[in-house]
Amino acid sequence: MTDKEREELLKELLGKQERGELKAAERYEIPPQEMPEQDAVERRGNVKEVATGYTEAQARLEAMRCLQCKTAPCVKGCPVQIRIGDFVAAIAEGDHKKALEIIKENSLLPAVCGRVCPQEVQCQEYCTVGKKFKDVQKAVSIGRLERFAADLAQKQEGVPYVAPSTGKKVAIIGSGPGGIVAAGDVRRAGHDVTIFEAFHKPGGVMVYGIPEFRLPKSIVQQEIDILVKMGVKIECNFLVGKTRTIEQLMSEDGFEAVYIGVGAGLPRFMNIEGESLVGVYSANEYLTRANLMKAYDFGKGADTPIALSKKVAVIGGGNVAMDSARMAVRLGAEKVYLIYRRSEKEMPARIEEVHHAKEEGIEFHILQSPKRIIGDKDFKVTAIECLKYELGEPDDSGRRRPIAIESSEFEIEVDTVIMAIGNVANPLMKQTTPGLEFNKWGNIVVDESCKTSMEGVYAGGDIVLGAATVILAMGQGRIAAASINEYLRQKKSSKSGGQK
Amino acid sequence: MIARARKPGQFVIVSISNEYGERIPLTIAGADTEAGTIRLIWQRVGKTTAELADLKEGDKIASIVGPLGRPTHIEKFGLVVCVGGGIGNAPLLPIVRALKDTGNKIISIIGARNKELLVLEEEFKATSDELIVTTDDGSYGRKGLVTEPLKEVCGRQRPPEQAFVIGPAIMMKFCCEVTKEFGVPTQVSLNTIMVDGTGMCGGCRIEYDGQAKFVCVDGPEFDGHKVNFDLMMKRLEAYKDQERKAHEQYQEHRCKIGLDE
Repeated sequence: MTDKEREELLKELLGKQERGELKAAERYEIPPQEMPEQDAVERRGNVKEVATGYTEAQARLEAMRCLQCKTAPCVKGCPVQIRIGDFVAAIAEGDHKKALEIIKENSLLPAVCGRVCPQEVQCQEYCTVGKKFKDVQKAVSIGRLERFAADLAQKQEGVPYVAPSTGKKVAIIGSGPGGIVAAGDVRRAGHDVTIFEAFHKPGGVMVYGIPEFRLPKSIVQQEIDILVKMGVKIECNFLVGKTRTIEQLMSEDGFEAVYIGVGAGLPRFMNIEGESLVGVYSANEYLTRANLMKAYDFGKGADTPIALSKKVAVIGGGNVAMDSARMAVRLGAEKVYLIYRRSEKEMPARIEEVHHAKEEGIEFHILQSPKRIIGDKDFKVTAIECLKYELGEPDDSGRRRPIAIESSEFEIEVDTVIMAIGNVANPLMKQTTPGLEFNKWGNIVVDESCKTSMEGVYAGGDIVLGAATVILAMGQGRIAAASINEYLRQKKSSKSGGQK
Repeated sequence: MIARARKPGQFVIVSISNEYGERIPLTIAGADTEAGTIRLIWQRVGKTTAELADLKEGDKIASIVGPLGRPTHIEKFGLVVCVGGGIGNAPLLPIVRALKDTGNKIISIIGARNKELLVLEEEFKATSDELIVTTDDGSYGRKGLVTEPLKEVCGRQRPPEQAFVIGPAIMMKFCCEVTKEFGVPTQVSLNTIMVDGTGMCGGCRIEYDGQAKFVCVDGPEFDGHKVNFDLMMKRLEAYKDQERKAHEQYQEHRCKIGLDE
């Protein structure tokens, strides 16, 4: 479909809609709008964003596909209950400002969520249009529309209203998606907010983990800039637990409430032979070097090196595995193998990311898993020995359990191995915060208001949920912020400064 | 804040630029809690250490985070031998001081490649009951490696109850072989490649007693008899070629600036 055809179709549809003649059957016939993308060959050589975003005509046509169901099944699939039908209708009308205002009632980071939310298992999974075609890929592209509205308005963004100062200090630990949302909401209530970040740059997983080609760092920076304009203080290079403990922040530094959003923190390894060889990375390390430390510019300004890999094996089937594999391609690897022990159907990664990875030439080795990593006399990786798997009965996660096939060992020649099999909770908070209750996996125990076992201390995101998504962390940040605001409102007797 | 919170054995991560700088771990050599300052000592080995060394008084570095890692376990052991090699003397000093304050008798052995590279001799003299100095080239003190006097000390009538060894990986490896032979428990402080220093990346992992351990959160100090030093040394060299190139580029760049002036 050319741009001109789109313009004409849009005009015709708008006319019909105005006259009240546009029927559901006609909406079904509007072709789903494909996301414009950088060419697959070209993008192997750069870190620029892959999906380049809808044009106005594309966005409005896509929005016209929405049936405006009275029951709004899509909202049920949204972790933060955005009024989806209303914002989509606003885009169809061409009122993009209104669309963004509706989104922002519930989501503070639409430019981020529009890009990285797994919509196919959230809002879009429930979309009537997708159901009609029995294909979730044909649902209304709610995420792309969210991104469209957010990107368009980004430049003229104003600063949200901040209530008069209450003089009460709140500490937000971690500047990831949960921390940013919590900081914004607590600051809006007039409290004095400080975010503590261990890295030298704020943004958490959005800057060290999710690559530039999927989420440009300038977008995250814009969100941070808004917080700063609102008066939120950001202290980088501050590791709570080590630089100061939560106890010290509350009893000596005058913070009356704390939100812990520190993320998961420790990479999981397989505990197989050869995992400490030179050339074996956790996905965390590989992506942090590449993203936050900009190793792709090593020798051109950046000081952090990364392996100059030719043949890379990435272990895992989630978004982080896809990100690592796609980053390896961009860093010059000739062969990248993605090794996953179940079948493609069980992969937790987004369909879109799997599709992009394949387009970029990544070879999928499904139903395989490493048994050991082989090195040479210099302890450098030379190969990975794998076992073949088959699927058995469903396990606790509802997915069919992978079972190793005996004597099916084979080797793949590689120089780099990246383990992308998840994270476990960082024990730092547990070691340094005696009053805090943790479960057996080391995650912080909270109630439905995100309140922990310590008074005035709230928590959310991966350190509570185990492994989650940006949107779930945001959702918890929002709940915790509401709880903190309510807690401080009720805590009338306290004085500013925290003196007892 | 780092000055107030730090304990012997802990380290910080510093970076020269927030945009492009690399993050390197340096162990804290001392602190002045009143002035709020910490003391770091490093040797020019690569680009970042060279850049740090080229800073002038009053210059600022982009970031410093800490104190990281677990503090040294200090108790009254009795007779303790403390061995420092090269720049390893810097992190060793606060440990020696803490051991002394706890009532231990201290024999210090400090070594360097040559006289120029020997640091903190005066401080060690002031805190140790006995001090042995060695240089590889014999330009100062005894000629030879620290392992020689260590062997003698361990073989004395009253062998030390505990050893602390900090220095280059190869030196720690050989010192541990000596103390193992004599059955003297030995703590080492490891300085591996790190990115975040909080446990998140796992780049600093070592093989310890057959298991993977993270130096940043499980260490930096370990029982030296259980560390796989050979593997650790290879991991330290993972980026050797790239590091050398970056250092050369920096040197060249610096020379050019010198010419312009």
